[in-house]
Amino acid sequence: MSGPSADRPWTFYVLGALFGAWLLFLYGPMVVIYVLSFQGPNGGVTFPMVGTSLTWFRDIIRPGQMANIPVAFGRSIGLAALVSALTVVISVAAGLGFRRRFPGSGVLFYLAVASLVMPSLLVGFGIGLGFQVLGLHPGLFTSALGAQLTWTLPFGLFTMFAVVSRFNRSYEEAANDLGATAFQRLIHVTLPILLPGIIGIAMGAFTLSYDEYARTTLTIGARNTLPLEIYALISSATSPTLFAIGTLTTTVSFLLIGVTLVVVFRMQRRRAAVVVKG
Amino acid sequence: MTFLTKPLPRLRAGEVEAQSAEGEDDRVGTQQGDGACRPDHPHPPLRGDFSRAQRGRGFQPWLVSWLQVGPLALILCVLFAAPTVLFLVVSFFDYDRVGIYPAFIMDNYRDLLTTPATLRVYISSLKFAVIVWAITLFLGFNIAWFLIFHIRNSITRTILFLLCAIPFWTSGIIRTIAWIPFLGRNGAFNQILLDLHITSKPLTFLLFSDFAVIITYVHLFTLLMVGPIANSLSKIDPALLEAARDAGASRFRTMVDVVIPLSKTGIVLGSILVFTQVMGDYFVVKTMSGGQSASIVSMLSTQIQAMEYPPASANAMVLVGFVAIMVAGMMFVVDVRKELVK
Repeated sequence: MSGPSADRPWTFYVLGALFGAWLLFLYGPMVVIYVLSFQGPNGGVTFPMVGTSLTWFRDIIRPGQMANIPVAFGRSIGLAALVSALTVVISVAAGLGFRRRFPGSGVLFYLAVASLVMPSLLVGFGIGLGFQVLGLHPGLFTSALGAQLTWTLPFGLFTMFAVVSRFNRSYEEAANDLGATAFQRLIHVTLPILLPGIIGIAMGAFTLSYDEYARTTLTIGARNTLPLEIYALISSATSPTLFAIGTLTTTVSFLLIGVTLVVVFRMQRRRAAVVVKG
Repeated sequence: MTFLTKPLPRLRAGEVEAQSAEGEDDRVGTQQGDGACRPDHPHPPLRGDFSRAQRGRGFQPWLVSWLQVGPLALILCVLFAAPTVLFLVVSFFDYDRVGIYPAFIMDNYRDLLTTPATLRVYISSLKFAVIVWAITLFLGFNIAWFLIFHIRNSITRTILFLLCAIPFWTSGIIRTIAWIPFLGRNGAFNQILLDLHITSKPLTFLLFSDFAVIITYVHLFTLLMVGPIANSLSKIDPALLEAARDAGASRFRTMVDVVIPLSKTGIVLGSILVFTQVMGDYFVVKTMSGGQSASIVSMLSTQIQAMEYPPASANAMVLVGFVAIMVAGMMFVVDVRKELVK
């Protein structure tokens, strides 16, 4: 591979500039809310800054008007963790199943596409209506969980298609030839090779769930998740607290991504080492 | 035809295939194993293979697949297909202020389709969808191209991908309202323009307008385009592009005749995602247009809040039908399934 000093076509500079501009576009408004979340106690949701303070961060955890934020955050994390775990198990299994043609594979494929493209509020509407007809009470780990799965499972399945298409099946054949049982082959060969993709599915599903409001709003019942709590805050009053929540959640995301990245890099390095040794 | 009249060999067809397959495995095995691995055993023993064949005889391969996809199929049927059928049924029901009554009437559909507001809202949503689709396709393709073909170091590429993805780990609601202090009358963008003496008065069309809605959609959904397109592009062998250049193709011809046909799956998938997200949105339109524009789903959500379930169901069915036709059209252009499920 040649270094960056090797002569580049002019398109590199044009596209590089476009990419840079896009990043600026992506981060510009985010930076504005990060800055405004440190707004002074008398400041508002727009510029100018009236001093700096941590008032709005304290507001998040202070019991009172914002008392629901930490609780809602906990609920969101719990639900997202469950959604993520279920999505990984179910969509990885399904992704492996789709490697063979089976009767009904076409129907299931288009069912997954339909579930993915269905306008999100309608999914929640349908499930909420169904619960009402059956006389059930909607809840966090029943209807809301279900509503989110209709979105994360197709996402997981489609990611698996991309992951599986890069998977070299001769590793599995080699495992067979060496006498591995189907279970040994899955645990020691298939899953370890697919692991980076599986981590991607887990993180993706976690994010989709953690961030979801349109599907959840009609299926959640009485106790809100964080996005719904934020949604309620926007309609009632705007204060820099919202921005403080944004700053906090982004910090958490950065930590999460950092940890995942370190894990994946370690894994790759270990693999590279094994290949060299072998 | 004479072949068929001959007496069948003693082995059943399946076993013949199995044997010839084993034979091939065997040949490949010895080719690779020659010298390096097992010089003493040029023909590895077949015992393990035979026992595997016997074990596998009880299971049909498609049955294994069904076990693997079973949970997915069950969940999609119960939580997606059944509710959809339910609101198809409810869309024909009668209702009044007190409740809803089982019936088979077309009134809900007639009311919906004869209201001028319906058409207006559909046109407005479609306009947003087309504009946002064009912008995100342009941005998404070029960004994916840059990341896949211009960034040669894989660690740099991962880091740049992450830079694109990080904002998507922040709540979409917060990312939407993040534009308010940026675009507002006293917002950061106007401040920059004033400081640079580009304008003398703050621009007012930036916020609570169609412009603001489009900007927010592009901000929220471009990654949905970058992901699938980058996945398609990364499967293109760079040697193909070199071959096209060597054969005298211009950049434009290479793009049209080589790259786009090979990446059409990603383009279509990204387009479907962006299109359906815009058509299904109600929050961004409500927040960023300042009440000037409505979307189909915001209309629907008003009906749901008023507990008018039958007309809301009819509205939902029309939207589902509309989206389904658009998506089917896109999938007709490119057989996504054939490309994805190999």
